[in-house]
Amino acid sequence: MANNENAKTSSASSLKNLVRNQCFIPVAALLLLAVFNLIADPAFFRITLGYNSAGNPVLSGFIIDIINNGSELAILAIGMTLVTAASGGQDISVGAAIAIAGSVILRVLCGGNARPETLQAPIIVAFLVACVVAMLFGAFNGVLVAYFKIQPMIATLILYTAGRSIAAWINNNELPVISDPKFAYFGGFIPGIPIPTPCFIAIACMIVIGIVLKVTNLRLYTQAVGINQSSSKLNGLNPELIKVMTFVILGLCVAVAGLIKVSRVSSINYSVIAKDIEMDAILAVALGGNALSGGKFNMAASIIGAFVIQCLTTTLYKFGVSSTALPAYKAVVVILLVVVSAPTVREYFDKITKKMKLSKEVA
Amino acid sequence: MKRKMAVLLTGAMVMATLAGCGGGEAAPAAETAAPAAAEEAPAAEEEAPAAEEEAPAAEEEAPAEEAEAPAASGELITVGIINNDPSESGYRTANDADLKAAFTEENGYSASFAYGNPAVGNANEDQVKAAQQFIQDGVDYLLLSAADTAGWDTVLQDAQAAGVEVILFDRTIDADESLYAASIVSDMDKEGQTAVDWLAGQGLETYNIIHLQGQMGSAAQQGRTKALDEKVAAEANWNMVEQQTASWNAENAQQIVQSVISSGKEFNVIYAENDDMAKGAVAALDAANISHGVGKDVIVMGFDCNKWALEELLAGNWNYDGQCNPFQSSYIDEVIKTLESGGTPAEKVIIMEEKGFDAETITQEDVDTYGI
Repeated sequence: MANNENAKTSSASSLKNLVRNQCFIPVAALLLLAVFNLIADPAFFRITLGYNSAGNPVLSGFIIDIINNGSELAILAIGMTLVTAASGGQDISVGAAIAIAGSVILRVLCGGNARPETLQAPIIVAFLVACVVAMLFGAFNGVLVAYFKIQPMIATLILYTAGRSIAAWINNNELPVISDPKFAYFGGFIPGIPIPTPCFIAIACMIVIGIVLKVTNLRLYTQAVGINQSSSKLNGLNPELIKVMTFVILGLCVAVAGLIKVSRVSSINYSVIAKDIEMDAILAVALGGNALSGGKFNMAASIIGAFVIQCLTTTLYKFGVSSTALPAYKAVVVILLVVVSAPTVREYFDKITKKMKLSKEVA
Repeated sequence: MKRKMAVLLTGAMVMATLAGCGGGEAAPAAETAAPAAAEEAPAAEEEAPAAEEEAPAAEEEAPAEEAEAPAASGELITVGIINNDPSESGYRTANDADLKAAFTEENGYSASFAYGNPAVGNANEDQVKAAQQFIQDGVDYLLLSAADTAGWDTVLQDAQAAGVEVILFDRTIDADESLYAASIVSDMDKEGQTAVDWLAGQGLETYNIIHLQGQMGSAAQQGRTKALDEKVAAEANWNMVEQQTASWNAENAQQIVQSVISSGKEFNVIYAENDDMAKGAVAALDAANISHGVGKDVIVMGFDCNKWALEELLAGNWNYDGQCNPFQSSYIDEVIKTLESGGTPAEKVIIMEEKGFDAETITQEDVDTYGI
């Protein structure tokens, strides 16, 4: 957008390629926010190395806040992109599913006692149990969508309404608190490493999904199912199974995000944990320029989209935007971004650049 | 093409308007469903599952069956208790447990429980149905914490006609005072005032406050915000560094405080409207190595008196915790005893005593007694 003046003859095609690139919109949005913050207050980019109260080195600053707090969203965006691509719909139950996964982790760690002195099970066991549970709930959603042909948003509405109470029921309505400092590492800092752990977890997830998309046929299959289910079936794929699989993968992402969320505060509040995160995750997919009706997808664009949203939230927090107005600001920015990335608008800009090219040639 | 653009833009504008309104009005809309006296999050998120319905329903049946046998002997006082879904918050869980513990056969009561559950239908309607059932069963007392303030006139008139005394607890309703015997509620304004008075008593030179608000529009948020807002407006040395809603959410609180720290603003008080948010704020303080608690750089204040929060007080990591009293059973018991002996309660609206705990004076006994 900002480069319009360069849009002349020779550079026009490369610009067009740039604009055509799916990552263009989210990256441009990120840059726009960065420039805005740079002008408003350059201190936004300051990163300082300090020590936390336990005496361990930690990095702090708004940029760190963004990549730290955006981690869960980026992880969820991975799963949501796959679900969107394969089923042409979205899972609106991820927030509730995170509550369930988080509750399971705490239940296993506490072993039914709300305030255990010591952990009743290794953290890895608790996490694996949560993974299994979250994947089962994902499979439940997936089966409803794939085999019972229910609209994804309606199918996941079930868990959206029920999930938080299931989470409360898992822990007998108690609010467990973990006092073991080791549990806080996942949402905080590992002693001696100044970068927040959620960043590493998010990067690990990105690497894993990157490798999976490279070496397996996951990308090809999900896209094929999303673009045309019947023709993919004729080509020997099992569209139902692939849809269920994407929901199961999202379940896995949910369990990872749930671990980070409960670790951040070493506790849980069923009614507010990861509240409305599903909307942000869907938004990340949309910001990434992925068609919400399914088909082709760009994973990197979705992940960048997630960080755009977190960047926006942090920016709004920084400027102390009046609390009640916060969602409205977010909505306005989102509408702008979505409108700009809409295919019709893109076509319109294409037309303009073509006209400019023509007039140049005539001259 | 141009038409398409126009349509799109109009669409965008309509959406913008809707979104704008949504942002502003979401809170008040939630408020109607939000509790009068408790500190729950909005109704929409508290929906309990169809699956879980069985659990409360089962609980409800068991005491009901028990109730019949002793009632026949005519010695026990029968009470029908209508409450909200216990999984809605820690406050409600404690409230429900308190009632269950108090209205037992050993204490001379035969109690039946019913819950309004927003996920499996209209909570208020279900509560009304349960109330009518209790009236038909001929209970002596009907204890009610209504999901909604409206829609109770007819039932309460029926109750009066049937000679059933109604006692409201926790939440008030829009009905004539003559229709119920007593109403036992929390005074949120007072809770806020107690906390602010305590803070003023700390005698700091300047007060630079980070104020973390609850779900905007809820009774607890309004009451707890009001006192602080007035004080900040009145005193020159009280400054609001940041006032932001974290919607009762620990992580949001953590992000907000992180943001204040990153921007390098000075502050020495965290006034969080519930314990969860105070906990989130403290996590942010710890990460930035800012000391907090008794005799430290930052004063941390919370509300609700969760057990773990009071333990933080006991350890000196926090400074103050304000109570939102879920233990109404003793007050109800007293009202019933008065009515049974032929008297009338001195006051129609009974405001519960609510404490504020100071880290310097709190004892282990307080933690055990008042922690929820």
